[in-house]
Amino acid sequence: MVFERDFLIRAYRQMRTIRDFEERLHLEIQTGEIPGFTHLYSGQEAVAVGVCERLTDQDWIASTHRGHGHCIAKGCDVTGMMLEIYGRADGLCKGKGGSMHIADMSKGMLGANAIVGGGPPIAVGAAIACKVQKNGHVAVAFGGDGSANQGTVFEAMNLAVVLKAPAIFVFENNGYSEHTGADYAVGSKDIAGRARGFGMPAEVCDGGDFFSVYEAMGRATLRARRGEGPSTIEPRTTRFFGHFEGDPMLYRAKDEVARHRATLDCLQNFRQRVTSEAWLSDADLDAIDQDVATQIDTAVTTARSAAPPSPAELETDVYVSY
Amino acid sequence: MRQLSMRDAINEALHLEMERDARVIVLGEDVSGGAGGTSGQRDAAGGVFGVTKGLLPRFGEERVIDTPISESAIVGAANGAALAGLRPVAELMFADFLGVCFDQVFNQAAKFRYMFGGKTACPIVIRTATGAGMNMGAQHSQSMYAMVTGVPGLKVVVPSNAYDAKGLMLTAIRDDDPVIFFEHKALYPRKSVVPEGDYTIPFGEANIVRQGEHLTIVAIGRMVSFAEKALDALAKDGITADLIDPRTLSPLDDETIYESLEGTGRLMIIDESPPRCSVAADIAGLVASNAFHALRAPVVQLTPPHTPVPFARELERAYIPGPQAIEAAARQLLKAG
Ligand SMILES: Cc1ncc(C[n+]2csc(CCOP(=O)(O)OP(=O)(O)O)c2C)c(N)n1
Ligand SMILES: [Mg+2]
Repeated sequence: MVFERDFLIRAYRQMRTIRDFEERLHLEIQTGEIPGFTHLYSGQEAVAVGVCERLTDQDWIASTHRGHGHCIAKGCDVTGMMLEIYGRADGLCKGKGGSMHIADMSKGMLGANAIVGGGPPIAVGAAIACKVQKNGHVAVAFGGDGSANQGTVFEAMNLAVVLKAPAIFVFENNGYSEHTGADYAVGSKDIAGRARGFGMPAEVCDGGDFFSVYEAMGRATLRARRGEGPSTIEPRTTRFFGHFEGDPMLYRAKDEVARHRATLDCLQNFRQRVTSEAWLSDADLDAIDQDVATQIDTAVTTARSAAPPSPAELETDVYVSY
Repeated sequence: MRQLSMRDAINEALHLEMERDARVIVLGEDVSGGAGGTSGQRDAAGGVFGVTKGLLPRFGEERVIDTPISESAIVGAANGAALAGLRPVAELMFADFLGVCFDQVFNQAAKFRYMFGGKTACPIVIRTATGAGMNMGAQHSQSMYAMVTGVPGLKVVVPSNAYDAKGLMLTAIRDDDPVIFFEHKALYPRKSVVPEGDYTIPFGEANIVRQGEHLTIVAIGRMVSFAEKALDALAKDGITADLIDPRTLSPLDDETIYESLEGTGRLMIIDESPPRCSVAADIAGLVASNAFHALRAPVVQLTPPHTPVPFARELERAYIPGPQAIEAAARQLLKAG
């Protein structure tokens, strides 16, 4: 397998952007300036980027409550996202949505979603649209291990199989749904197996390894674009923070996050792989790190000083016309 | 006198009733927490707001059930368990998730007794966190009590303080009908005097929080504390009101409202749900039908606008009917008619 230099640089930049965005938010949230509650994606970057590097702006994704990584990987504007998370007028959704509702149709981003299991049926609908429009595009439903227990998700999977819709279900198995382990809540312990039960191919991949996700996603998109129907991938991954910011994580072994940060860091893995293969140098990657740090800093500075929505905005955007 | 937060008051009611009645079970997502985790610690959450903390260590895994994220199965299983002899208390983490399981709520639980000719009962309680004010966005902030109040067969409780919450919860669990119990997130930490031990508050009996002469204010849930703030400010100008907290929306103690109106002639209803087909609109309609003669001015319905709940602080603040809006509306109402 040989990868283009530009491709690798782009993939790393995307992952680094997500990581910095989230690590910075983790700090900024402690200032109390950011409203609401926020679910960070740190640790899972290889999944969002491994998946979205197989997609174009014309392909669709439906995201989750833990959506920042998906948004960035799909090309949403980072400053626009930061503004949204701060609840500012110039945010991607005018400050009306917030962290759990970032969306950008122009990037094929159908929205983060605060209802677990809300996204997959929507993704199947977008896949049906692709099929009807015969445009060769696909739709991806992101979900967690916890979402794999929601009836709406089962319905979406079956419907996609029945219709041979170009849909791809991505179950990011990070081991937990809120304070409950997947070992307990996923009765079969095996989400990919469930997907096979619905009649579609499904594979487990290493969510800590960009290349593993990218390869699995390649098989799934190829099948979908050829009109052969849906697939599932189950990347095994980990989250580096609590379920939401402020979660004391009593359900996790005390050293688990530190251990995972030391051994399952997808950015470290990527660096190791590409430098040992001599595809990229440490200097290449360091330059990206620098660049991204500046970009995130600008996003935060912009968002902190930006204007809130005017009260008149409260009653706009409820309908197209009324 | 001992003060408890609303969170702890409900927690105490659950403990008391599980102790008293072995048929009571609790089920929902993370009601204990820690199952399948790597710390080995159970009760790692006790509900995301801590309301069910301590139940699992006390009553065990059979009666305190952590479920997967499966709202239809949570409420459906509560229904089935109730038909088969238990008294389940199901938790929907946020009231917005009624959207996921509405069939089990309004086609199933609400209708068993009637459809089956009175041959069965479905004594479930659905506890759920409600309301705006914490910038949780459009899918975690709604006040959906009006939607269920309109469904025959369901009882609907919206406590405004810790004392009532405990007494109403004990009544809810002992009630033989399905009860939806809306707990306002912003009220969880608020404390009031809560007696130890067993006491119940009957359904369909409003609480007259304050007595006054110039107007009648009916306020629901969190709006009661806002109305009190507004009345504190109005008192400086000698303006006083009957402040009525219905406590249960179904059944509704409308008589108390009519009686108050005989004295004041002016009515303001403060409801956190959007205006159309709201509880405010319902009460205004009842008053128009049954106490029109007592009215000296048009009824004021103070509600959020007909919009989803916005995220940004400034917008959410503008959305919620706050103490200042209540005060201004009251002054306006006194000039009217
Ligand atoms: C219908 C619904 N039920 C429950 C919740 C509360 N909730 C939000 S995230 C979450 C856990 C989701 O777990 P998982 O799907 O594994 O995603 P992760 O948080 O691990 O990314 C829960 C229970 C919700 N938002 N929507
Ligand atoms: Mg998970």
